[in-house]
Formats: sequence, C-alpha cells, structure tokens
Amino acid sequence: MRLLEYQAKELFKEFGIRTPPSISSKDIEKGRKDAKELGYPFVIKVQVPVGGRGKAGGIQKCSSDDEFELKYPQLLNMSIKGEKTRAILLEKMADIEKELYLSLFLNRSKRCYTIIASSEGGVEIESVKSQTIREVGLGDVDAQTAKEVANEIGLKDSQEEQFVEMLQKLSKLTIEKEAELAEINPLAILKDGTLIALDGKVMTDDNSNFRHDELQQYQEKSELEEQAEKSGFSLVELEGNIAVIGNGAGLVMSTFDLVTDNGGKPATFLDVGGGATTETVYEALTLISKMKRVTGILVNLYGGIVKTTTVAEAFIQAYDNNLIDIPVFARLMGTKSKEAKEMLKDTKTKMFDSIEEAINGVVMEANK
Amino acid sequence: MTDIYEILRGQKDADGNYEKKPVIVQGITGKYGSAHAKLMLEYGTNIVAGVTPGKGGQKFEDKIPIYESVKEAVDVTGAEISIVFVPAKFFLSAAKDALESGIKLLVAIPEHVPIRDAMEAIELAKKKDAIIIGPNTPGVIVPGLIKVGIMPATPFSTGKVAVLSKSGTLLYEISNNLTSAGFGQNITIGIGGDPVNGTRMIDAFDMVKDDPELEAMVVVGEIGGDSEEILAQHIIDTGFKKPIVGYIAGRQAPKEKRMGHAGAIVMGNYGSAESKISMFAKANIPVAKRPGEVAVLLAGKMNS
Repeated sequence: MRLLEYQAKELFKEFGIRTPPSISSKDIEKGRKDAKELGYPFVIKVQVPVGGRGKAGGIQKCSSDDEFELKYPQLLNMSIKGEKTRAILLEKMADIEKELYLSLFLNRSKRCYTIIASSEGGVEIESVKSQTIREVGLGDVDAQTAKEVANEIGLKDSQEEQFVEMLQKLSKLTIEKEAELAEINPLAILKDGTLIALDGKVMTDDNSNFRHDELQQYQEKSELEEQAEKSGFSLVELEGNIAVIGNGAGLVMSTFDLVTDNGGKPATFLDVGGGATTETVYEALTLISKMKRVTGILVNLYGGIVKTTTVAEAFIQAYDNNLIDIPVFARLMGTKSKEAKEMLKDTKTKMFDSIEEAINGVVMEANK
Repeated sequence: MTDIYEILRGQKDADGNYEKKPVIVQGITGKYGSAHAKLMLEYGTNIVAGVTPGKGGQKFEDKIPIYESVKEAVDVTGAEISIVFVPAKFFLSAAKDALESGIKLLVAIPEHVPIRDAMEAIELAKKKDAIIIGPNTPGVIVPGLIKVGIMPATPFSTGKVAVLSKSGTLLYEISNNLTSAGFGQNITIGIGGDPVNGTRMIDAFDMVKDDPELEAMVVVGEIGGDSEEILAQHIIDTGFKKPIVGYIAGRQAPKEKRMGHAGAIVMGNYGSAESKISMFAKANIPVAKRPGEVAVLLAGKMNS
C-alpha cells in the first residue's frame, strides 16, 4: 500500500518522528476550519499517490483567506500524472537551513533492508551522487550504525543525536508496519538547529495487510478495485478505452505493452489469476461492464490445462444476459479451440489464433 | 552451492536414465494441492508422501501416505524435495518444518506471502544450504523427467535450453513457442513474481549455467527490482558465451502501480523496463518485443 504524505506523517507522529504542524482535509468546509486552526501563512499540498507534485504545481503557499478560497479548490480538482487529488494537507512552513535525505528501503536483490542517507535532500534520490548506503538485514538499526551514517553525511553533536534517534524510530516503523520503503525526503535541518521530517513516503507490503488492521483506514480503492479483490483478481484502472484481460500478471503486462505499442489505450490491467474458468472470465466481464468508457475488450488467456470451450461459454453467457454488448477480441490458448471458435461464430466475440491479430482488431475497433 | 540438477535428477544409470527423485507434497489434502499432486503424478513425478497436520495416517489416492510433519515424511522416505501448497499465512511455518527436516529443494507455490516471512525462510535456507524456489512460483520442471510445480505439461519438451522466468503464464507461453520452434528445454525455473525470491535470477543462472548439456538460455523478466540488471552484469563478468535471449514484460506499465505481481512495480527508475533492456543490451542479450519473437531471436543467435 502506498501511503499518502499525510498518512505517512500520521505514522511518523505515532513513532515520535517530528513533523511540522499540519491538518488534512477532503473538502473546503473542513479546509476552512483547518486554515483557521493552523493560522496563515502555510502551504497547501495536494495528496496524490505519485511523485513530482511540486513541479506540477501541487504545492502552493497561502497567506490569506482570499488566496485560500482561490487555491484550495484549484488544488482539490487537480490531477497529477493521471492521479486525482485524494486529499489536501495544510502545513506550517518551516524555516529551513539545509535539506537531507533518509530512507530505509528493501533491497530486493540483496534481500535485506538498506539505509540510504545523503547530505543532499529534496530531490529524487536517484539523482543524488553522494549517497551513504548501509545494509541492515531485516531492518533493525542499532545506535552505532545510525551514528556512523550521521557522521558520514556530515552531522555532529546535537544534530547527530537527533538523527540517530530519528533513524532508529524510522527503523521501528519499518519493522512494525512491514514497510518496503520508509522515506523522509527532505529531512530538514531548521534554522534553530533541529531536525524535522518535511515530507514522507511509506510503502507497506500488501501481502502483510492481513496482520495490519490498523493500516486499513489508509486503503484507497475504487469500488471496482474492491470488487476485483474480492474475486481474487488484480486490477489497475487507467484512462483508455480498451479493457485488457488475461491470466497471469506477466502475460497481461505483455499484452498491455503490445496494445500500447500498437496505438491502443488500455482502460484496465485485469489479471484473473493463473487458472481460467467460465466463472472467472464471466466475473471479469462483469467488472468491465461497469466501465462506461470501454469500447473494446481484449482477452488473452493461456489456458494450458483449461479447455477454451469453457472460456467461450463465459462470453456467450455474458451476451445472453445482456451483460455486455461491446465486441470482445480474444486469443485463447488451450485445448478445443476449434470448437470454441464454432461456438462463438455468430456472436460479437471474435477469436484469433495469435495475440497480434486480436490486438490489431481491438485497436481498430477502439479507435473508430 | 547446492546442485539443483543433482537434487532433481541425480546421476545417469547404465542405460543413460536419470533417477526418479522422491518428492513430498505439503498441503496435499487441500483443493489446490491435491489437484496438482495428481497432475504431477500423471507427469511421472515420484511423489512419495504428503504432509497435512491433523491428517497423518491417511492415504492420498489410496496409495500415498500422509504424515503429520515433514520430519516424519523425511524420516520414512529420505526425500530431499518438497513442494508447498499451504495458504500464504502458514508458509513460514511450513517452510521451517521442511528446512529443519533436511529438505534441500523447497518449491514455494503460495502467492501473497508477506515479504518478512519470505526473508526469514530464505535466511534459514541459507543456513541449511538449501534452495527455495519462489514464493509465488509455478515451480521447476525438467521436461520428460520431473515436474515439481503447477505448470501445464503441454508447453514443455525435452531439450537443451534453460528458461528462467518471473512470470508463470509467460513461461508457459514462451516455452510453448520454443517447443514449436524445435527448442526443447533442459530445465525451466519459475523465479516468482514477488519482491523477494528464494532463488533470484542470478542464483538460477548459476545453478544451470555449467550443465554440459545446456546449449542456450532464455530469461523472461518483468518490471520491478533490479534482478535482471544484476544478472546482466554477472553474465558480462563471468564471460558466459552460450546464446541468451531475453524478454521483459511491463514496458508500457504506469509507474508506481503494482501490475498484478507484488514485485512488479517501478519506483522512480528502480525497476523500469528501460533499465533492464539497456543492461541486457550491454551484455549482448537481444530482447524480444513480444513473447512470440523469443524463439525467432534464439534461432538467430544459435545460427550466428
């Protein structure tokens, strides 16, 4: 789960990591109350699950009611990289002396957590040359290691102490919440010499959700995504008009790539899981039927053991029940494909032998 | 390193046939476990025992004894291979049971195993000098000899190409294409789609690269992490000369979205397809644009 900044900061607070005073809201009435409580000046920050919002104008200074009335609705209605604003955070401005970087990050190849720290912060860490990197196993950071990291990025005395404390708290958060990433960027040194987390990003392991009920309040899912999850599917919604359905994440990604390569715009990434049955495909079509912007459906299934006729049955049922009336372009691998083709002969489902042909068909249909 | 070929097929006998290595199935009475146990038996895998706590003493399909623990099953059968079908939240305890009982190759089928649990199991495997394949893997197959996994049998045929793949269905798709093009497989290993893998791309490469019968390799990667990049660098460093062809899924995937697999996510540039494809290029590994092109590129490489 990718937490929004204000959610990450709630965790920071819970673990005693210092953040500037801030209040989050989802509508302007609440926003006005927050503004009064916080007092001008402050910054208005859009809460979106993607990076790069500063450049996109998603962070604005605000120092009066007039400015607030103008900027709050603007930011609330904005989209960044296709992501709509989820919430607004009002935050007191900080008097910054210097910006640093700190994160605990799951290094997948080394299969251990790593501390990444730098004396340069506020920018994407990939663009920073001087990084201090330490491997710390399952994420536990002892005081000695934290001290060494502090020294390597040039912190001494009181700032070293504050940094050690902050890093150890971040480590505790990472372990207890099972985070893949817990990042403070920038970690600011204020003019008064104190350290504070100005922005935060936390990604938790979705597979551990079952033992973190306390994180469920942060789960932001669309109705469709929730339904997909109930069916055991994984669904990513996008802005295009071609619904891409398949079995197995790799195969669906590959199909998605080819659709885009050929000028199509996917509306979904929908993985019904390794197996494929009449029921799973029918359920997938049910989900898609709720997306009004979809004008063509592309189905790519590698059945192996599965008979393609059982999958063809799902399309026939979907048309019979008036679930869908848009065309389906399908490529089904598995046994009995001749029979499946015969079954679908007079329907709006077109069967193809190769995925390339099916993609050509659906892209032409969708771009009509 | 533990020799995966030794574990899976042992030594050839006087007639040139490999051994039929015994296999334990953990979770053999579950719906999924029992269905795949039957399919593995059909394929010819020598399943000698099942394990389901609470059902010890019963028999699977009237012939295969079920035990309470892996320890009991190993004591009786001497098996070194186990395949696990338990629900994700019970994976860690099942893995501990297996690794502490002397299992040397653990094939971890469950999807949605928490990363922390996988990391703990992997730590234990390292201590025990054992191999974990997965979690979230379709398994491993030596075509014609042994199938320890959930892959359909039809895409695979005996041969001399090793296929390593993060994705299950792409493994089937691409192996099927290879088979049609006359490239049978010497072994195929499902790395798995999780962020942390018991057998990483680089480990799988090292396990198979020295087999004298191996003629070529196919690496099927996808967005997320940097195991493809690390493999490419390793191939450059070791000077491996046999033909390799790659495929990377997720070129057009949006950033910071999990694309079905827990591990398939691009964060910043970390895990991007461009990064992987450019490292493959440096290692002189051509990357197919679509799954169907893999066999064509391999044919080109084999003939050059």
